[in-house]
Amino acid sequence: MDWTTVWITIRLAAVTTLVLLLVGTPLAWWLARSRRWWKELVGTVVALPLVLPPTVLGFYLLVLMSPEGWIGIMTQWAGAGTLAFTFSGLVLGSVLYSLPFMVQPLRGAFEQLGDRPLEVAATLGASPADTFFSVVVPLCRSGFLSGAVLSFAHTVGEFGVVLMIGGNIPGETKVLSVAIYDHVEALDWAQAHWMAGGMVAFAFVVLAAMYLLEGRSRREAL
Amino acid sequence: MSGISVQLAHRLGAFSLDLGFEAPGVGVTALFGPSGSGKTSVLRAVAGLERCHDARVVVNGEVWQQPGLFVPVHRRRLGYVFQEASLFPHLSVADNLTFGWRRLPQAERLLQPARAAELLGLEALLQRRPNRLSGGERQRVAIARALLNSPRLLLLDEPLSALDQQAKRSILGYLQRLQDELAIPMLFVSHDPGEVAQLADYLVLLKGGGVTAAGSAADLMTRLDLSLARGADAESVLDGFVSSHDDTFDLTWIGMSGGRIALPREAIPVGRHARVHVKARDVSLTLRAHHDSSITNVLPARVVEAQDISASQTMLRLTLDDGQILLALLTRRSALALGLAPRMRVFAQIKGVALG
Repeated sequence: MDWTTVWITIRLAAVTTLVLLLVGTPLAWWLARSRRWWKELVGTVVALPLVLPPTVLGFYLLVLMSPEGWIGIMTQWAGAGTLAFTFSGLVLGSVLYSLPFMVQPLRGAFEQLGDRPLEVAATLGASPADTFFSVVVPLCRSGFLSGAVLSFAHTVGEFGVVLMIGGNIPGETKVLSVAIYDHVEALDWAQAHWMAGGMVAFAFVVLAAMYLLEGRSRREAL
Repeated sequence: MSGISVQLAHRLGAFSLDLGFEAPGVGVTALFGPSGSGKTSVLRAVAGLERCHDARVVVNGEVWQQPGLFVPVHRRRLGYVFQEASLFPHLSVADNLTFGWRRLPQAERLLQPARAAELLGLEALLQRRPNRLSGGERQRVAIARALLNSPRLLLLDEPLSALDQQAKRSILGYLQRLQDELAIPMLFVSHDPGEVAQLADYLVLLKGGGVTAAGSAADLMTRLDLSLARGADAESVLDGFVSSHDDTFDLTWIGMSGGRIALPREAIPVGRHARVHVKARDVSLTLRAHHDSSITNVLPARVVEAQDISASQTMLRLTLDDGQILLALLTRRSALALGLAPRMRVFAQIKGVALG
């Protein structure tokens, strides 16, 4: 088993999930609570990775991250070189690719929460930030949990975007899904079986844990 | 400057609110009106939950809103009790109670959690989760939670409307006790004349987004030109003091200048102020004082005005010798037979009273 590849995969999924929590939470909050008509257009953009082939997303990212692309120009100006074929580039791609998996459960949880708990907290002297951490986060716990689990698992399972912008540099950007592909190409079926089987087991354990936790918190709320 | 002063102009779709009223800065003020009259919108605007651009709200000298100033809700020292208790489901009763209290500077905590729990009878519930409480218990927790915020004004939005009769009566009792012991001014929204009669000292009557009348409850409830005095449940409120207890017949006597009223014994010390409610339909009139009647409570009075409220019923407004107002509901036939007219001297026989 190639443990460096496993480690890169886990690191990528963890960093992506963390970035998504920071970026996706305010975005989901705004989508849930704004009354502007064009918020649904923003919602549509967020949902695009669900229906676009990953290669399309990867292609545009590659173009943008090239030395002449916007992102490339910005990162070079910041002294960070270009992002294509680097771990940071993979994180950027994964964040965009998994964005709907974080934003949609959170948006649903925020919408279901409604105005009342926020109003109650305000009448009890809690500032908006205080209310967010002491009321919204605990009450939307299952939304945060679903968002984080789905984003993590989805990033572990991504293939097309990684291949387009990360390439296949062992110890740098080579992740499990790409490694499986390589093993199959090389007719190394035994290795491919180990990795693919491991991924199935991982996905099952993660999703089962999430559904069981959700079921328990739903029973508690009754 | 004491008192509550509210001016609002607000449009909400087809509904518009345009009103102003002043209410005393102590006691209970009820906003009373039919549904759709804008009561809840007024309460929300006072709290700052509804953002009116054209508004002025001053509570006992503290400006909460005026043109160019909008104090955000969390900086207004208020308590708000919603129609549904709206407890935080992720917190125990104890943690719900102290949610606002913990956020107050120590010196401004006028009430301690243990005392609030005792006032509302919550001692046995503190470790429970809100989903293990009955509707009435939840609402009591919500009231205690609002009180622990040491509010300068307690706002209550029909806090009893979602409850059954028994829970309603019990909470009314608690609210009355709070009024006696804590003296926090309350602004109370209701469409139930019974609740208003029992709690309110001052009334603001609303209709279609405007104020139709404002004044003391005793006065407005007995004004024959207003709806409160024209219903079958119309009642008047009499203030007196406990003059003695009668051990032989187990009675408590309430005295007032001009007479006294007996009611089944209540454990109130002699000399204490007491407020009794008299339903207009429990009052009958005679022209001479009868001593052979089964009715104990007879007060001399004078007719102020009479008004037919239906084809068969006449409502009479009477003054007692000390100026207090009493309503009497008679059949139109009896009113005619007695020849009742303004300034006539009569005796009001009161069949039943309830202590407020």
